[in-house]
Amino acid sequence: MKILQYLVLIAVAGFLCVAVAELAPRGEIGAPVQEKINPAGTPVAGAHYIEHAYKDAHTPNMVAVILADYRAYDTLGEVIVVFAGAIGCLFILRRRRS
Amino acid sequence: MKTQTESPIIEVAGRGLAPVIQLIGIYVFFHGHYGPGGGFQGGVLLAAGVLLLRMTIGFENSQLQVKSKITILLCAIGALIFAGTGLVTVWFGGNFMDYAYLPVSWMEADDLRYYGILFIEVGVTLAVMTALIAIYDELLEA
Repeated sequence: MKILQYLVLIAVAGFLCVAVAELAPRGEIGAPVQEKINPAGTPVAGAHYIEHAYKDAHTPNMVAVILADYRAYDTLGEVIVVFAGAIGCLFILRRRRS
Repeated sequence: MKTQTESPIIEVAGRGLAPVIQLIGIYVFFHGHYGPGGGFQGGVLLAAGVLLLRMTIGFENSQLQVKSKITILLCAIGALIFAGTGLVTVWFGGNFMDYAYLPVSWMEADDLRYYGILFIEVGVTLAVMTALIAIYDELLEA
C-alpha cells in the first residue's frame, strides 16, 4: 500500500513538472491567459497591465506595479488585516493576563 | 550589560546572525522594484532578526533595538502611511492611490508613481514588522 502511495505521488509530481515546464514565460503577450481579447469578446486586464506597467511607473517589476499601484486598494486591505490581527492578539492576551 | 543567557555560544551566534538577517530584510524590501521581494517579505525578515535577538540575548537587552511599548504604535503608523498617501492623492484632485497626483512639483507622473510605490512599501514594512514583534512580546508576557 505504501508503494502505491509513493507511485501516485511520483506520478503527480511528474505531471506538475511537465505542466510547469510548458507554461508561457512571465509577461508574454499572446499566451492563452494573457490575450488582449478573451474568447467571450471582452478585453483582458492582464494584457493592459503588461503593456503599460513600465510606462506608467518606471518600475521593471510589473508585479510590484500591480500590487502597489493598480491594485493598491487590495494591498491597503492586507495591511489593515495585519494591523487588526496584531490589535486582536493584544486585546485577547492582555485580558487573559489580568 | 549583564548577559541573560547561560550559553555564550547562543549569545554570540545570535548577535552575529541578527544584523545579517536584518540587512537581507532591507535588501529584499528595496529589491521589490526589480524582482521578487517587497514590503511584506522584507518586513517579515526584519521582524525575524529582532525576534532572534529577543530569544538569544534576552528580552531586556533587545529592548535597545525595538522597544515593546512602541511596537503597536509603529504598526498603526505604518498603516497610516499607506492610507494617508492615498488620502493625500484624493486631496490633490486624483483618484484614491493615484500617486501621479502627489504634490511634488519637480517630478513627472511616472517617477512619482515609482517613489509612491516605494513610500507605501515603507508603510507596509513597518506595519508587518512591528505587528509580528508585538504579537511575540504579548505572548512572552502573557
